[in-house]
Formats: sequence, structure tokens, C-alpha cells
Amino acid sequence: MAAVKIYGKPISTCTARVLLCLEEVGAEYQLVSINMPSGEHKGPAHLARNPFGQIPALEDGDLVLFESRAISKYVLRKYKESGTDLLKEGNLAESAMVEVWLEAESQQYNPAISPIVYQSLIVPKMYGGTPDQAIIDSSLEKLKKVLEVYEARLSKSKYLAGNFFSLADLSHFPFTRYLMITPYASVFESYPHVKAWWEDITSRPAFKKVSAGMLGS
Amino acid sequence: MASVTVYGTPLSPAVSRVLACLFEKDVDFKLAPVDMAKGQHKSPDFLKLQPFGQVPAFQDELTTVFESRAICKYICNKYPEKGNQTLMGGRDGGLLAQTSVDQWLEAEGQSFNPPSSALVFQLAFAPMFGFKQDPAAIEQNEAKLANVLDVYDRRLGESKFLAGDDFTLADLAHLPNGHILVSKNEDLFMSRKNVGRWWVEISARPAWKKVVEMQNAPLG
Repeated sequence: MAAVKIYGKPISTCTARVLLCLEEVGAEYQLVSINMPSGEHKGPAHLARNPFGQIPALEDGDLVLFESRAISKYVLRKYKESGTDLLKEGNLAESAMVEVWLEAESQQYNPAISPIVYQSLIVPKMYGGTPDQAIIDSSLEKLKKVLEVYEARLSKSKYLAGNFFSLADLSHFPFTRYLMITPYASVFESYPHVKAWWEDITSRPAFKKVSAGMLGS
Repeated sequence: MASVTVYGTPLSPAVSRVLACLFEKDVDFKLAPVDMAKGQHKSPDFLKLQPFGQVPAFQDELTTVFESRAICKYICNKYPEKGNQTLMGGRDGGLLAQTSVDQWLEAEGQSFNPPSSALVFQLAFAPMFGFKQDPAAIEQNEAKLANVLDVYDRRLGESKFLAGDDFTLADLAHLPNGHILVSKNEDLFMSRKNVGRWWVEISARPAWKKVVEMQNAPLG
């Protein structure tokens, strides 16, 4: 199969989500850099790929896609002959659980963790600004509540959707990877099953490869 | 005989999203109320169904599912032959059609939902429950939502529905918050020609009208 093109940056969390899927299935891909500081993501060429002016976008022949979780599903479905099944679409109950925990990542985990990463890492490193500690503190409280749920879940189940690694686990990687290089990484210490899950999923070769392209590697 | 139970109140946007899907798919269900005023959603029994203590939860003979968008997809996967067969992308399915639905459902979840939910809280739920409205939050979220609706307006100028020629889960997902927002400030949607056209069409669907009837039904 011809290589797919991904428009984005290896340090971008949402680009990393897609790169992880490509690495997990062993697909050939070409990463085309989008120059964020110069505003390339808001220019007409990129808006034609992603009308929200965000990264990543995927091009595969005539197909153009945006939204990293949708792109991830496309990649995993397209390359399912690779033998890596992270969606379990052949099993109604298992695929339901993958969708549940992918939505939990989207709607519970991400809104709690991303402000912490944004304030403590992106604001100082990329914009030379001062972190807003009030936002960090209130987000940490939200994250702890989410991690309590995850701790209970991961005490009963090796991975989030069941006893199999899936897109649901993978989707948590990028922002968690960045939390781990902030002072707030210690929040995971209080949740031993979550910590063990994190250590397990980050030992995967795909994770090590994508992690090397991110900040603080 | 319904083996499907949905837990929650039809007034909850997330619950109504699931109800819309069940009506579209002609799947019988039982609605089990959850008394949030009394904290039933945080009770140990309910937390077994939905560990984040939120509505909806969904249960059938096979499994328990939560997160409204995940529930909708499960309903479509479990009942491929019933009711509306294009909700997940086209009568003949196909990876490209399904992917387009996924993309626009993600756009709803990531871009439309946050500002629209904040506005729904400020404009509808805050007054209803006696919380003070925050004018700054209203202004900020209206501005964010306006940007999202501008993108939608361009898309809906090229495409009948968000994901393509057919009404899909991607459009359906917008009904709950859209319904409340249009009732408070119809200008947001209706001042945009293509968004307005799309809104009139999707909100007129019989399945959605059934949900609104449930929302308006007297309590008790």
C-alpha cells in the first residue's frame, strides 16, 4: 500500500496519537511538518485539509481526514490485516468497551489533564508565559476524581476495555506522556494500578518510538 | 419485550442523545429514572452501571454501556437491520462513509460540545436550578461556538448533512444542545443560512420529535 501522509508535528499530542496507531500496525507513512508558529495551520492549504485549522490531518489518495481519534480508527481499520486489532470490531461487547473508554478519554480524562499540560508546559515553553496555578489546581482535583475511577477499573481489568490492549488505552498516551515531565507526574503515585498500566503501555515499541519525537525525551 | 434499559432523565442532553438514536433505530427500550436531586447518580448501585456517576447508562442482556456517543454506536452495531440504516454511514456501509461519520462525530464531541454545553448550562440550567449566570462565560462560549458554526456553515454549503448525503449519528449528536440553544437564542443557528437549513431539517425528524415529547411530558 502507498504511504499515507500525516500533516502535523511529532511534538503535538494529537499528531502523536495518530503516529502511535501507524506504528502499531506497521504502516508506511510520511509526516509532513506544519509550521505552527508561522500560522501555517490557519492558512488556506491546511484549512482545506482541516477546516478547524488544527493538526493533524491525514491524506490517503483522495481521502482527507481530520480529528485524531477518527484518523486513528481509519488507520486501524485500513491496516487490520497487519494482525494488530485495537478496535475489536468483530466482537460486539468488546468493541462497545473500546468505544466506552475512548469516550471516557475524550470526555472525562482529556478535559482534566490537558489544562495541566497546557499551563505547566506549553504556556512557559512555547509562549514564554506564566502558568495559571488556579487552573492547574482545579484541573488536578478533577483529574484525581477521574483517576479514582480508572484505579477501580484497572484493578479489575488489565487494560481499560478489557484484558486486551486497545485504542482506548493508546489514546491516553500523548497528554499523559507530557504530564510525566511536569511536577504533577506524582499524582499517579496514589493510583498503583493506573501507574502499573502506564508502565505497561509505555513499554510498547510503538510508544517508545513516538515518545522519542516528543518534548523532554 | 424490551431488554434495553436506559437510565436517566430525558431532560439530560446526553440521555436525549441516546433516546434519539433508539427512536431512529426503532429499538424498544425502558427508561429507568435516576433521581439526581436525591443524589441517586452517586449511589453505589448506580456507580456499578456508570462509574463516573453521570447519566445516561445503558444496559441490555449482553453488556452495560456508558458515554452517550458510545451507546449510540453500540445500538447501531447491535441492530444493523432495524430502523434507520444510514446512521453509521451509508446503506452499503463502507470504510469511507463510516470514517466521515467518525470525523464529524469527533468534531461534535471536541469542538461543538464544550462551548454549547457551557452555554446550555448558563442559559438553561443555571436559571432552572437557581445558580447565578456568568456573563463572561456566556460571551466567551458564544464566540467559540460562533467559530465552530462558521466552519459548519461552509461544510453544509457543500454537503447536505455533516458526514455526507445522509443524516447520520454525526448530525444526531447535535440535537440535544442545539434544541436548547435554539430555544434561547435562535439567531446563533438561524442567522447562518446553511446551518439554519440543516437545523430545521434535522430537528423536524420524527425520532427527535418523540424525544422532545418525552422532555415536555408532565412529571410523575
